[in-house]
This record gives sequence, structure tokens and C-alpha cells, in this order.
Amino acid sequence: MIAEAGLAALWLAAALSLLGLFLSVLHVRGTLEADRPVRALAIVQGAMCLFAFSMLLLVFARTDLSVALVVENSHSEKPFLYKVAGAWGNHEGSMLLWVMVLGLSGAALATFSRQLSSRTLIAALGAQAALALGFHAFLLGASNPFARLNPAAPEGRGLNPLLQDPGLAFHPPTLYLGYVGLSVAFSLAVGAMLAGDVDRRLARAMRPWVLGAWIFLTLGITAGSYWAYYELGWGGWWFWDPVENASLMPWLAATALLHSVAVLAARNALKAWTMMLAVIAFSMSMVGTFLVRSGILTSVHAFAVDPTRGAFLLLLLGIYVSAAFALFAVRAGSLREGAPFEPVSREAGIVVNNLLLTVILGIVFIGTLYPLFVEALSGEKLSVGAPYFNAVAGPLAILLGILLAVGPLLSWRREGRPILRKLALPALFAATALVIAFLAIPQASPLSKFGLALAAGLIPASLVPLIGRNPLRTPLATWGMAIAHMGAAVSVAGMAADSAFTTERLTAVKLGETVSVGPWLVAFQGISPVAGPNWTAVEAELHASRGGGVSVLRPQTRFFTSPPTETNEAAIDTFLNGQLYTVIGRSDEEGRWQLRLWWKPLVTLIWLGGGLIGFGGLLAFAGHARRSWRKRLAQ
Amino acid sequence: MSRGLRLLPIILLIWILGTFAWRLIQPDDPTIRSQLVNREVPEFALPAVLPNTAGLKSTDLATGKPRLLNLFASWCVPCIGEAPVLDELRKRGVAIDGIAIRDNNGAVGAFLNRHGNPYERIGSDPTSRTQLALGSSGVPETFIIDGKGVIRLQHVGAIERSDLPRIMAELEKVR
Repeated sequence: MIAEAGLAALWLAAALSLLGLFLSVLHVRGTLEADRPVRALAIVQGAMCLFAFSMLLLVFARTDLSVALVVENSHSEKPFLYKVAGAWGNHEGSMLLWVMVLGLSGAALATFSRQLSSRTLIAALGAQAALALGFHAFLLGASNPFARLNPAAPEGRGLNPLLQDPGLAFHPPTLYLGYVGLSVAFSLAVGAMLAGDVDRRLARAMRPWVLGAWIFLTLGITAGSYWAYYELGWGGWWFWDPVENASLMPWLAATALLHSVAVLAARNALKAWTMMLAVIAFSMSMVGTFLVRSGILTSVHAFAVDPTRGAFLLLLLGIYVSAAFALFAVRAGSLREGAPFEPVSREAGIVVNNLLLTVILGIVFIGTLYPLFVEALSGEKLSVGAPYFNAVAGPLAILLGILLAVGPLLSWRREGRPILRKLALPALFAATALVIAFLAIPQASPLSKFGLALAAGLIPASLVPLIGRNPLRTPLATWGMAIAHMGAAVSVAGMAADSAFTTERLTAVKLGETVSVGPWLVAFQGISPVAGPNWTAVEAELHASRGGGVSVLRPQTRFFTSPPTETNEAAIDTFLNGQLYTVIGRSDEEGRWQLRLWWKPLVTLIWLGGGLIGFGGLLAFAGHARRSWRKRLAQ
Repeated sequence: MSRGLRLLPIILLIWILGTFAWRLIQPDDPTIRSQLVNREVPEFALPAVLPNTAGLKSTDLATGKPRLLNLFASWCVPCIGEAPVLDELRKRGVAIDGIAIRDNNGAVGAFLNRHGNPYERIGSDPTSRTQLALGSSGVPETFIIDGKGVIRLQHVGAIERSDLPRIMAELEKVR
């Protein structure tokens, strides 16, 4: 009954969104006053989606083996956390999660965005209902998560062990919250363009959604990068894999949108551009989902690949995005640009920031899809890898970083104050670091040298906007901006340090032998079998030392029986100045074991920076929320 | 913003969607083709797996008569499905040699006892070195080799009954 209740709720939610769409069209055309009913429908629809998803969690928690999805993705002996995570660790469940977040966002929009004109809000809710309707059709038509299996299976088939990891259990939902948060920005843009109401009020209503989505995307990408780093056992933190790019592209668009929406909110400028970015950002979420789900690109993590579903998603993508672009083409001409600004001003800085981000987005997009385009034209097969992305996007990212130091110091409209004085100290730091880098590490790539110099200048520069302010009276949003910008600098430092200083060692060792990597001596002290809840493993014991003290690392090779898979569990030891990363491989006939060792100075800064960016976003979010709350109280 | 510029996104979008649709209609063929088709078999010499069946050297494949070279393993499930088809080929007079990939001798013996042994010679390739040299990426895979030891066709995956006419025609062509 649980599965049937979930399915019924989904059908009901689909019907409600159809009704909501219909009523909102009538309202926007002015034939029927339907403000309250449309808002109520959005709220009930969200509740139905939440109910359906709870039912899915319940069948997974109980390992109900009469539900096909549970049989395919779970197992009665799986740890409880992964049983629950199994609910969204597959195509159908993750689409239901997507639909639930979409529904809840619609409900939140109906509840909180009262500052908008009724026509704009109802048009936006109509757009959100249209999105929900399409995804409901997809779910119910092509990927029903509640399909029964008759007779019930005696045992489930388990979950891909690569995905059996706490990081991954929470990684997809985080990204989804980001993707779907951008759907609200999309709906708001469509609603405002329909109602002809693109103004500061719209920007204020849109900003928390963009900011929220951006925080989740940032955290999701950071977590995904760390997951790939410690779980895949290859020691890298970014692979430019199509699936990774699928999450990076919406993030780039959201970052640009976040800044242009701020201009729209503060200065009533960049109207058409902001609407365009809102459409692009959500389009990138859909393109990302499509790329991951359709399998049209070859990827190291191609899950849930199915051309039929790909066709369905492509259809949705085509309908929504082309409708939005067509609306943009019709309405963009009538969007009167607001207040003018000088070439040196904060607005101008943000325009350059947006251009750089958009170009990087274009580079990633082209690089990801280039093999496909070339094959369509000439039939030739090729692949685009890290060298292209690093060479083309890297220098632009450095420019963006320099702008990160300058932009926040500019004032709105026109820059009257001399800002060069404020930047003198950071610039000195950067120049010194650059000289040191060229003298001390000649073997490092130019990009990593510039990256290190940039980080050295940017970390102090990001604090400059706070100088001379009373810390308690400084708005939280300003704190958030400074911390997020510092996070970006910290990440850049980690990336540059990783590429400049990492030392790697791949050897075959016998028991008792010692090998060196960087400043470390690593002794291979033992090898023993171990067993986990649903796997067996061979575990090595490594004693690592540099000067005083010994750290013990235990990398494993795990064997899962259901389905039969082998994974490498890296053992990583974190120190203040870096990480020691060890992987044990196979043994050969003479009793030697393959051992991979990396010494990665300062590598943790990459994810620490990602966390700081997210935290900065959170502070800004809290700051904006507090301000609008106070305003509401004052009214 | 000029009218042309405003229509640009939608034109780009149509082009991108068109490419996506093309790929969905025409899915990528993931099989990895050997670079060695129409070239001579690389040199190798593999030890015997079974006491009463000879091992396999590359020179054994240039005997003036076309033959099949089949890569298999006892742990390979599709190989079980392929076994009766190979038997059928042997009954039609096709000479077949085998290479057991990453296998141990006892397991190969048991596998052939259960599913039939169509091979004239079987070499053992415990480290996949010969498999890689042949440009093969998995089991089962089958090569058609002409009388001069040149690879004429690579068949990736199990040979199905429906593949028999094509295989026989190819053997006839290189005879």
C-alpha cells in the first residue's frame, strides 16, 4: 500500500500542477481573478510531492522487495544509511527527488514572495507549474519509481559500491537543491518577462533563490570533488569529466547571475542580461541532467543511462528553453535599461565579471560537447581533456581572480576615490610571491606560479572591504562577500600548490621495504585480510615518518560480492601542511604489492576554500533575510 | 539590443538540440576496434593449458588455411553462450584456436569439459599481454586470420547464431 499511496500522490500532484498552470494563464490574461487559488494549488502540490518522496524513503528503509526499484538498488544486508540513500542513488529515485524539490520550491515561492506584483508572481507560479508538469510526465511516463515486482524478489541486487559512501549519499541531493533552486530563478524571469515587470522588486525576490541555489551548488561541487579525490584512488581532485562539467556549468552561470541580480537589485540596471542569465542558468541545470542521464557522452561515472529517457529529457529541455528564449527575443527589446553607469564603477566591474564567467562557461560547454559536434559534422571521434580546459580557462580564471580583488573596492555608479592605494599591499604580496615562485620552483607550470601569486595577493585583498568598518555594524552580506571571495582565493592557493608541489611515487614493494615520497619515508609493515558489513578486503599497514613521530595508514582493496566489484580505498593522512595519500594495488607473483604514494602539500585548501565560499554565501543569505524581515516588521 | 542578436540564443539552442537529438537517434558504438585488422598477427608464444592440447604460437596461425582465433575465459559468462556456436563452426570444418585469458589451467579444463572443446590448440595468457598485443579489450572476442597469418576480421563479443553466415562468408573470401 505504501508504494501505491506514493504513486497516487504523484498523480494528484501532476493534476494539481496542470490545474495551477491553467488558472495562472487565465489570471495573467486577466480573464479570471485566481491569485489565491493558484498559490494554494502550488502549496498543496508541493506537499503531495513531499508525501510521495517520503513513501519512497519508507519502502527503501523497509527494503520492500516487491518494489522493482528497491530490488535493483538495495539489499537487505546493506547498512541502513545506504538503504535510505539508495532511494535517490538511482535514476527513478533521483528524478522523484528532483520533482519533490521542484514542488517544494513552488510552494515556498507561493508562500514567501509576496513583495512581487500579483501578475508577476502568478505568472512565475504558472511557469513553475509548467516545469513541474513536464517532470511529472517524465516520472510517471518513463521512470515510475513505485513499479511493483510480482512475484517479489528473494533478495535485492545492491548498490554500486563506488556509490556506497557517505559523501555520495548526500552529494546528489545537494546538487539537486542547487539545480532546482535555479528553476525558481527561471520561473521568476519568465513570469516577470510575461508580466512586463522586470525591476528591482523582481531582483530582490529572485536573489535569495539564486543565492541559495548557488550555495548548494558550491557545496555539492566541493563535496563531489573531495569524494572523487578520496574514493576513486587516482589522487586528482578535478577531471573535467562530462559529469563534473555538468555541475560546473550551472555553477558558473549561477555565479554570474548572482552578481548581475545584485546590480539589478541595487541599481535597476542590466535587466535584459539578468533575464538572459536566469534562463541560461536553469538551461545549464537541464543540460547537465540530460548529459548525465542520456549517456550521449562517455564518462567515467555514467549511471542510469537510457536513450528513451534521454529523448524525453531532450524534449523537455527543448520545450522549456526554446519557449524562454523565444519570450526573451520578443520581450528583451521592451526592457528599458535602468540607471546608467561609468566605465569605472562597481556595475562595470560586475559586467566584466559576468563576461569572464560567461566565456569560461562557453569554454567548458564547448569542450564538453565538442567531441559530439565534431562527430556530427565529420564522423571523426576525438576527446577533449584537461590540457584544453586548463590552457583555455586557466588564464581567464586568473583574470577573474584579479577582478575579485578590485571589484568589491569600487563604488556604485562612478568611482571617485583612489582605489590603487588600498590595493598596494596585496599587489606587493602578489608580486613577491610571483618572484619567489619563478626562482624557487622553476619546474612548476606558469599557470600554477600565477595561481600562487594570485592567491598571495587575493587573500589580503579580500579583507580590504572590511578595513575601516565597525565589524559589528558591517552588514552580514558584506562579511559574506569578503569571506566568499577569500574562499575563492584559498581554493586557488590549494589548486596551484597541488599542481606545483605534489610528488608522486608508484612502486612495487615487498613486506618490510621502505620507500620515500617527498619528505616522507613510508615502510610497508603488513598486509592482512579484513571484512566489512558487505565486503572483504586486503588491507596494508604503512608506517609513514618524517623526522619525529609515525603515522599509520591502512589503504585497502575492497571486494564487493553483490554486484562483484573491486574498489581501492585510499588511506589519507591530513597534516597542517598537506596530505599523504596512499593506495594499495594488486600483488604480483613474487609477493610484491603495487603501492602508489602522493605527498600533496596544501591540497586541503581546495576544499577548505569551497567550504568558505559556501559559508560566505550563507552569511549573505542570512544578512538579506534579516533585512527583509526587519522591513516587513517595520511596515 | 538588435533583433538579430536577440534571436541568436534560440538559433544556437536549435543547433545544440539538433546535435543532441542526432546522438540519441544514433547512439555511440562503444566497441573498441583493433588497429591490427589487415595486418599480421603480432609475435607471441603461449604455453599449453591442457596436457593433451598444444599451446599456441603466432606461427601456428599461418598455415595456408584461414582459421579462427577465439579469446575466451572460464570466468566469462557470454563465453558459455558462445560455446555451442563455436562447436557448430567446428562441425562445419572451421579450424579454431583459442587463447585462455587470465585463467588457471584447472578451471579451463572444467569449463571445456562442461561446454565442449572446439579448439585445435589453446594458449594460456595469464597476464593479458597477448590479448593487448592483439588489440582486444575483452572476452569473448574472435579474429578471422587468413592463410598468411594476417588478421582479416575482428568480432567483438560472443558470436551469435545469426553471425554464422557472415563469418562463413568472410572465411570463404579469404580462402
